[in-house]
Amino acid sequence: MGIADYAFYAFAVVILAAGVMVVTARNPVHSVLWLILSFLSAAGLFVLLGAEFIAMLTIIVYVGAVAVLFLFVVMMLDIDFAALKAGMARYLPVAALVGLVMLMQLALLFGAWVEAEGAPGLRQAVTPDLAEVHNTRALGMILYDQYFILFQLSGLILLVAMIGAILLTLRHRTDIKRQNVMAQMQRDPAKAMELKDVKPGQGLG
Amino acid sequence: MVGLEHYLTVAAALFVIGIFGLFLNRKNIIVILMSIELMLLSVNINLVAFSSFLGDLVGQVFTMFILTVAAAEAAIGLAIIVCFFRNRGTIDVEDVNVMKG
Repeated sequence: MGIADYAFYAFAVVILAAGVMVVTARNPVHSVLWLILSFLSAAGLFVLLGAEFIAMLTIIVYVGAVAVLFLFVVMMLDIDFAALKAGMARYLPVAALVGLVMLMQLALLFGAWVEAEGAPGLRQAVTPDLAEVHNTRALGMILYDQYFILFQLSGLILLVAMIGAILLTLRHRTDIKRQNVMAQMQRDPAKAMELKDVKPGQGLG
Repeated sequence: MVGLEHYLTVAAALFVIGIFGLFLNRKNIIVILMSIELMLLSVNINLVAFSSFLGDLVGQVFTMFILTVAAAEAAIGLAIIVCFFRNRGTIDVEDVNVMKG
């Protein structure tokens, strides 16, 4: 076994253990931190598979954006998580049963897995030799060429998500004091204050 | 030697963990969203593994689109949770009955 194989097993064990901790942790903040760990190990697996760009993208998007978003929401909302955890023991048998059935169904696939005869000939974009083009450049060349429309549409999806998230959470409270910039800018110094020349010993009278 | 099957096993196990979490945390919608993220991640591992072992880059392009959709889904989902919490003061899934569904 080479060093890459050991790395695979290390990442695989960490990703599965972190996944189990995500769904069983008592504190949701811990859940998010375990989620970050599983994303990082997945990025490690992607590096082992030779998909460096996807690995870095996973770290940037999942750890940098999605997990931090989760962390924000978990910490922002004042929720009694103990009450939400109360039914967990009741759901455990059903959850274990569904998980076991699912796992067995997926395991059945491994026995009957055959590659189609002409499969290598059906490849849409054969990975170029690493010595010629590295991963990021090769991805960019087909992403901006063959998949340009899909790329633009995914940008549109992000735009819609952004507008939707802002629209859902934006609210204008009327019961608080707010700065009125226009009113501040249109204040006239002559009306706002008055200068008095106070003689010594006399006061303003 | 680590082959395609090893990666598929990890992805399958992660997917099952996601489903397990979905059923285990029936009340806590935030952990449900995290379980969905785990399942999407396992799909990504599958796609990248096939892409790498079959020598086809398209799998990695699709992974990018899944990443985009996952990010959008998390943003919208969490915004809905925040909105719901403001109105009802709870995020218990069983209390979600505003639309009388």
